[in-house]
Amino acid sequence: MTAPLLEVNDLKMHFPLGGALFGERRYVYAVDGLSFRVERGETLSLVGESGCGKSTVGRAILRLLKPTGGQVVLAGKRIDDMGSAKLRPYRRRVQVVFQDPFSSLNPRIRVRDALAEPINNFGLAKDNAELTRKLNMLMDKVGLPREALGRWPHEFSGGQRQRVGIARALAAEPDLIVCDEAVSALDVSVKAQIVNLLGDLQKELGLALLFISHDLAIVEHMTHRVAVMYLGKIAEIGTKRQIFARPRHPYTEALLSAVPTPDPLAKRERIMLKGDVPSPISPPSGCRFHTRCPYAFDRCKSEEPRLREVEKGHEAACHLNDRDAQDNPLLSGARA
Amino acid sequence: MPLLEVDRLQTHFRTPDGVNRAVDGVSFHIDKGETLAVVGESGCGKSVTAMSIMRLIAEPPGRSAGEIRFEGKDLLKLSEKEMRKIRGDDISMIFQEPMTSLNPVLKVGRQIGESLRLHQGLGRAAAEDKAVEMLRLVGIPEPKRRAGEYPHQLSGGMRQRVMIAMALACSPKLLIADEPTTALDVTIQAQILDLMRDLKQRVGAAILIITHDLGVVAEVADRVVVMYAGRKVEEAPVNDLFADPKHPYTRGLLGAVPKLGSSLDGEAERLAEIPGIVPSLKKKIEGCVFASRCPDAEDVCRQFAPALEEKAPAHLAACHFSNRDAAEAAA
Repeated sequence: MTAPLLEVNDLKMHFPLGGALFGERRYVYAVDGLSFRVERGETLSLVGESGCGKSTVGRAILRLLKPTGGQVVLAGKRIDDMGSAKLRPYRRRVQVVFQDPFSSLNPRIRVRDALAEPINNFGLAKDNAELTRKLNMLMDKVGLPREALGRWPHEFSGGQRQRVGIARALAAEPDLIVCDEAVSALDVSVKAQIVNLLGDLQKELGLALLFISHDLAIVEHMTHRVAVMYLGKIAEIGTKRQIFARPRHPYTEALLSAVPTPDPLAKRERIMLKGDVPSPISPPSGCRFHTRCPYAFDRCKSEEPRLREVEKGHEAACHLNDRDAQDNPLLSGARA
Repeated sequence: MPLLEVDRLQTHFRTPDGVNRAVDGVSFHIDKGETLAVVGESGCGKSVTAMSIMRLIAEPPGRSAGEIRFEGKDLLKLSEKEMRKIRGDDISMIFQEPMTSLNPVLKVGRQIGESLRLHQGLGRAAAEDKAVEMLRLVGIPEPKRRAGEYPHQLSGGMRQRVMIAMALACSPKLLIADEPTTALDVTIQAQILDLMRDLKQRVGAAILIITHDLGVVAEVADRVVVMYAGRKVEEAPVNDLFADPKHPYTRGLLGAVPKLGSSLDGEAERLAEIPGIVPSLKKKIEGCVFASRCPDAEDVCRQFAPALEEKAPAHLAACHFSNRDAAEAAA
């Protein structure tokens, strides 16, 4: 068996808080011990609400941040503690598409130059002819006309800019693209275009995608596997079918039930979560979800549940899964 | 008589490169206690419609024409002074971004109390008490303490609750909600939508909700208006719209949203795309506004704008062909 493309082991990202002159130094526990792997050509989605740390994970993998603990292993090599010179060849292999197509392109750089930069940086074209050939190919791939290479970012609509953003990520010929809310800012009809484009590119190029999103319907549509995050930890990870049809964590269950259905006749059995997400500066004791969990019992307040396998390829961090099936409310309300 | 009647509303903006016809002849009405959703993508004019009703369009560069009759009174003809009496009292509004629409240097209790002091003549203490009561109504824990806090001390969901409390303080007859849950997480969105449904029953206000999210529409609306490029292309009771959309744009929108649970078995189907982009509103569009992206467009669509016709009871659509489609489908 070959090594997975990306392996993340016990990743921690703690940001120190300034200000405390005396006493204990406080931290934001943005990501607190996260492990998962991404295979070649697959899509893993990180889902969760704002502040759960999903974007921070993406940034740590891109090495835009240096993790404060744990390992990030790309194709068998640890990259979390590499210096910037050694990191260069690995930077090419992991690229990113950001959420806001308006602020992620430099307004003073033409599309041609924005796309040529990664190609030149990584020496991917021998001469100008090859560069031009590659640029044209990129435009074809993302469905933009070749003559648009000479245009400025402001001449494009939001969806077209996101296509430019995707082309720029592809220019480096990566193995993995981190899509950080890449379609969230787009309008419905344009969103569908970009989602389809990402799916096509994945099939064609064998790309792996780390798809960071809060939009569960889109995630279900395009992902292979899903990791649900809550307050810096993975609550549950598994295949699309396992997570969406038979969630084994109350948070996943509530999250799914909260998604509005575009069907006025649909029956709604909503699990309403109380209150807001607690602060990652002082996360709750025991299970981090116990303050909002409808099923919480005493053990949840004191003992933190470990992520453990509940089914092949399906792990969840919830004490309920230690119970027999008939006493487990997650299993009684069979959704699928 | 309907509570609000918007009649051939046109709101245009003068820009350096031509007149932008943001809203171009839109009519609809809202009955007492009803929830009407206006859906469409960015730039379709849905927010400008809401701003026009509140008379919040800056003139110049903007200009509204047509009539907006609220309880029979044309709001567009009122003086600014008369309009101020209506805003926050008879009609109030909540916005998408609760952080930028609350005043950061005023405590939330005082902000909620402001409209009470202004419209109902309450004294400072009485207004503060009522504000605490409103915070309790919208489900904020420890309302007394929260009333003394500043907006930055509250989470996004709580800020939106404060906005709702402020909007409902004077028991308005109409509440306009412009993308009230777009900036919120799904679990918080569910809380807020529930709250709006619940409060609507208790307060009895009519709601005009503006959104791009068809899921939200299905959850809260009684009737739906679909807007595209500044015009109304379809209007129907919510069930009819989802069951039998008559306009190709509405069909396209519905096809472009994946439904939760629809792609669990095997490979997901491709999402339906609406090719192309929204046309520029700075050029007068002669034919149907959707013709450039419509899969069924023919010459007639590019030449003549289709009139809104009643295709089924209470179901209006502006399309030359929607009846023919139904006939073909049946054949």
